[in-house]
Amino acid sequence: MIDSKEVLFGQTLVYTCYALVILALMAWFGYKITKPGNNNPVKAGLFYTFVGFLTVLGVSLHIITYNTIPWTPMDMDRANIKADKVFNITVASHQFQLPSEKLIINCHDKVLFNVSSGDLTYGFGIFRSDNSMVCQMQVVPGHKNDLLWQFDKPGIYSIRSTEYSGPAGYNMVLKDVVEVISSDE
Amino acid sequence: MSYIKTLMNGEQGLFKSDSLTRMQKITLRFVVIGLAYYGFAVIEGMVMRLYEVKPIPGIAPNQFFAIMTAHPLVGIFGSTYSIVFGAFLFLVPFLMKKPLWSIRMANWTCILLAVGTFIMWSAGFVSHYAPLYTLYWPLPADFNQFSVWGGTFFIVGIAIIMLGTVFFVINVFKTIVYTPDGWAKQPAGALLGSALGVSGFRNLFSRKKKEHLVPLPVAAVARGTVDVAFNAAIILFTGVLILVYMVGSILGYDLKESAVDALLYKNWFWWGLDLIADGLVLIFVVGTWYLLATMITGKKLFMENIARAALLVELIVSWTVWSHHLLSDQAQPGMLKVASGEMVTAFELITQGLAFFITLATLWSARPLKMSNPLKFLLGGLMGFALAVPAGIIQADIGLNRILHNTQWVIGPHVHVAVLVGLSMTLYSAIYILLPILTNGARLYSQKLADFHFWAHLAGGIGMGAFMGMAGLNGMLRRSLYINGEFNIYMILAAICGTLLLLAFLAFFYNIVMTVGLKGVIGIFSPAKDKTTDLIPAVKVSVKETEYEEIPAIH
Repeated sequence: MIDSKEVLFGQTLVYTCYALVILALMAWFGYKITKPGNNNPVKAGLFYTFVGFLTVLGVSLHIITYNTIPWTPMDMDRANIKADKVFNITVASHQFQLPSEKLIINCHDKVLFNVSSGDLTYGFGIFRSDNSMVCQMQVVPGHKNDLLWQFDKPGIYSIRSTEYSGPAGYNMVLKDVVEVISSDE
Repeated sequence: MSYIKTLMNGEQGLFKSDSLTRMQKITLRFVVIGLAYYGFAVIEGMVMRLYEVKPIPGIAPNQFFAIMTAHPLVGIFGSTYSIVFGAFLFLVPFLMKKPLWSIRMANWTCILLAVGTFIMWSAGFVSHYAPLYTLYWPLPADFNQFSVWGGTFFIVGIAIIMLGTVFFVINVFKTIVYTPDGWAKQPAGALLGSALGVSGFRNLFSRKKKEHLVPLPVAAVARGTVDVAFNAAIILFTGVLILVYMVGSILGYDLKESAVDALLYKNWFWWGLDLIADGLVLIFVVGTWYLLATMITGKKLFMENIARAALLVELIVSWTVWSHHLLSDQAQPGMLKVASGEMVTAFELITQGLAFFITLATLWSARPLKMSNPLKFLLGGLMGFALAVPAGIIQADIGLNRILHNTQWVIGPHVHVAVLVGLSMTLYSAIYILLPILTNGARLYSQKLADFHFWAHLAGGIGMGAFMGMAGLNGMLRRSLYINGEFNIYMILAAICGTLLLLAFLAFFYNIVMTVGLKGVIGIFSPAKDKTTDLIPAVKVSVKETEYEEIPAIH
């Protein structure tokens, strides 16, 4: 499965290019608007073309991501996918309770994190050692909160609450408790 | 004129608060209060920016989160609502060419917004009640973490703001439909239908097209006000629910928190909250763009009928997009995630893009234009939304939300760029264009300060959003604290940009004070000598340096 870091790199590239185009467009417009013009109204055809472009863009974004980001269809269909491993985790009083001291995962396995809250709304996020995020979900009390994920690179990861749950919440970090090992090990 | 004289009497002594009508005074009061609360929000923002770099001694984490709770609420209700409500309570009668329905009610709106914001803000600061503006259940009723009394005052403050908001809603709709004394009977139903878009919708299917009875900006105000009303109802309902738990706790009853379903709560709360972020803000901003474009150019709006229809679409879209905030909630039905969270939300790209195009096309048709303060700030506002809306559409995607939700990306390139660059610069444009009308011809103290205000605000707003976004893409969460300096490079750069924003505001504030003078600022809050309901004086007062033409009163 493609790493979430690579998806974020692609997004950064696309959005940065877009932002630079918009900045350049507005600078050009701001310059040209002060210069004499022919005062003809903008053609309606250009307007409708632009609206059509926006419509295609808005809809195609989700179709493209559904077909290129592998965890999207996996997430939508997770009820019908059998996980290779299930971790039942509970959270209460700003503390994560893991089923074992370390969560050991085999590379390429599909893992289901089943997290339940005993009191507040929390978040459940998995982070790399450089603090970048692998994935996350919300943990809502009284509801099923399950995240299906596949790790394709060996490594050590941390768990952190990704939702504000009061001033005590920012300390909800379990360092290096997820270990993804190569299938050969 | 000496510096002290200018400081006391304003630029060339042109501003005379005695010459103001009641309507001008009430509008200026809204603006002054809104700007004061904007100052609160900017200072709070800077404190948080510095705290994110290194925790400040003397400010405990619970104080930090109390600031984080107050910051957006002071910005939205204390500042933006004040400025927007003040401007619209002036512009709706101005454009409808009749007096405001109730000046007294407008005054009460102003007072309630100011007082309610202060109570809410101070409750957070004194008691550290900090459930954040998202208030995910059962956090607001978690009395192990928060003082029940602090929470009670906090909710009472919000309720007072909502009461002022309800008064605004009543005043706007009554002004559109009522018949002033001595006038021929106004077609109230037809006016309301035109304002809400019913008649325009019927026109689509009718051969005999009916004329629009209300101007386009008034239609925008009316449709945005529908969302204001729904939002007030949701916040009041939620406030009452939380108050029940608080009063129960004060009386010694421990009410069961699980009686309220946390996911259902999250749905209704986001439905209501999104009526601000994805509803009234977008609709009001678009209406203001159209008004500013026509005022700046003196030309008819490009594609006016389409623009009017798009405002109705935006209103309906705003009722159905809330689920994009719940894309990471696994118990949320998948159908809602796809339909509401992704597809309907993508409509905002279309409606905002369309408004962006229409405004630019209107300006383009009037070349050459002088790069005045209203024009340059309008262009800044347009650019802000052009950057912020796609940033929001990106995170409103099931796949991308999995790696962006609750990161600094959400609050940086999306929220802060939308609010600070898009919304604030649009409001500044409106303030600059309305200043001579509201002050009977006061002259801006310094164009250089206005230029600095523009560039520092633009660079600061975009820069801060960009560096927060970079931190978010690298995993930095919003609503959290990193005390080991994990993201210090981004946070220091964001703090530098925040400093630019602060300097921009100080330059603007100083410029306005020097324009109207300290006496003028105080005079705005004294009762008006003119007791009529006129919007501007029937005949302008003569000012020693300048001869003014006669301006007809707007009745």
